[in-house]
Amino acid sequence: MILTKIITGEEISKSIESTLANAVVASDETAIWVSPETIHEVCKTLKNPDGLDYSFLTAISAVDYIEYFEVVYHLTSLRNNCSCIIKVKTSGRENPKVQSVSDIWQAADLQEREIWDLMGIKFEGHPNLKRILLWEGFDGHPLRKDFIG
Amino acid sequence: MATIRTEPVTINLGPQHPSTHGVFRLRVTFDGEEIVDLEPVFGYLHRGTEKLAESRNYVQIVTLTDRMDYVASMSNNLAYVRTVEKLSNIKVPERAQYIRVISVELQRIASHLMATGFLLNDLGALATPLVYCFRERERILDLFEMLCGARITLSYMRPGGVFQDTPEEFWDSLNTLISDFPNYLDELESLITTNEIVLARTIGVGLLSDAQAIDSGVTGPILRASSVKWDLRKANPYEIYDRVNFDIPIGSSGDTYDRYYVRLQEMRESIKIISQCIEQIEPGPVRTETPFFIRPPIGETYSSIEGPKGELGFYMVSDGGISPYRCKVRAPSFINLTPLRDMITGWKMGDLIIILGSIDIVLGEVDR
Repeated sequence: MILTKIITGEEISKSIESTLANAVVASDETAIWVSPETIHEVCKTLKNPDGLDYSFLTAISAVDYIEYFEVVYHLTSLRNNCSCIIKVKTSGRENPKVQSVSDIWQAADLQEREIWDLMGIKFEGHPNLKRILLWEGFDGHPLRKDFIG
Repeated sequence: MATIRTEPVTINLGPQHPSTHGVFRLRVTFDGEEIVDLEPVFGYLHRGTEKLAESRNYVQIVTLTDRMDYVASMSNNLAYVRTVEKLSNIKVPERAQYIRVISVELQRIASHLMATGFLLNDLGALATPLVYCFRERERILDLFEMLCGARITLSYMRPGGVFQDTPEEFWDSLNTLISDFPNYLDELESLITTNEIVLARTIGVGLLSDAQAIDSGVTGPILRASSVKWDLRKANPYEIYDRVNFDIPIGSSGDTYDRYYVRLQEMRESIKIISQCIEQIEPGPVRTETPFFIRPPIGETYSSIEGPKGELGFYMVSDGGISPYRCKVRAPSFINLTPLRDMITGWKMGDLIIILGSIDIVLGEVDR
């Protein structure tokens, strides 16, 4: 039985170390963590068709951990049938910012807008970052843990 | 000869319009008859499913998943319960896995029938082909009614198996259905596949290249119509999909016709899968005992299945409590809308309707 191979964080970290030194903040069995300022570079390297070839962005999710937000990128390589997870921790709750990857994968376009709408994380460099499910003028971001509806 | 000064006109299509398949609005800019810009506007059916899930226990959330893609509740149930099982290490009895696969494949047929019927409705073949499709879909809904008493919002699956074993009469009706179905599909195909009007309206319309399909994250029949052979049932088999033989139909050019034809062939493959399941299934338990309040260990997981509309995934974070800390849905209908603008610009109003119809969105899932 052939299953999608799950690449560990350590392996990913090792394979991008040579091109991007010091980009990886931490890594463990499940994922690698990169800083909000380097995510764009890291994703560009991961997508490179001659390298790891993560051509497919499966999903972007965001989780509110009270002290910080975490943005989780699930990537899949259709050619090699393997997947990996990249995570970004934002600093603080007031004005969290992460670099947009919508110019690398078009798939990020609507998903980043959804996260901005519901979780209130700004994606810098997104061409059209406005609310998508709620209306303009809505007060607050409902998926945050401190949201009172 | 002096040219006439023209200017683009912006009009709203929807949110209350039968061709948008729900409460979906398109702000379309025309230059003459040609579409030059388009912006989808949605969220009218946003119920905050992900937020609601944070205050319900793991079994209660099954009912919320029914209401996302409401024409394919079985698939939503399966994607959700599989994530809970993966998170809390629950094993599922073999018979339950077979019943699950039979029911999600029936659901795939029902969903594709609806997509095909409404696509023809959008083409202007009002009601008649739709009723042909609905007639067969009704038989599948009858089967679901035997399984769990409901027809649309099923809630048939539970973490650890399915809610109850199949009744005796279910198997007779299922056998009749799968022996009739190939003939029915032939009949449907003879009406549509070589129909001159259908061919003229759909071939070459709304092209999506394979490179853009991958880049924009579309999945399911749309991705496969663009000649990308990617199906999670083969790429990452779950339940008992590794024990059955079936093919992955793919299209050649990624136009509206291919999207229709891939769905039609997928229905034939589903019938193949179901008949193999009927041969292989054996008596046994259908549900593992789980505590009334499931408390998965602290951690997180992502798990996905090949739903009728594409990759349906759940990303779940547990803090050890009785409800998930975060329950994110990777909704295929939502992400499949990403390349909509590029697919539609340059075409005319009538083409817009069928291109949107061929994407097969369900607003309950787009808005959640």
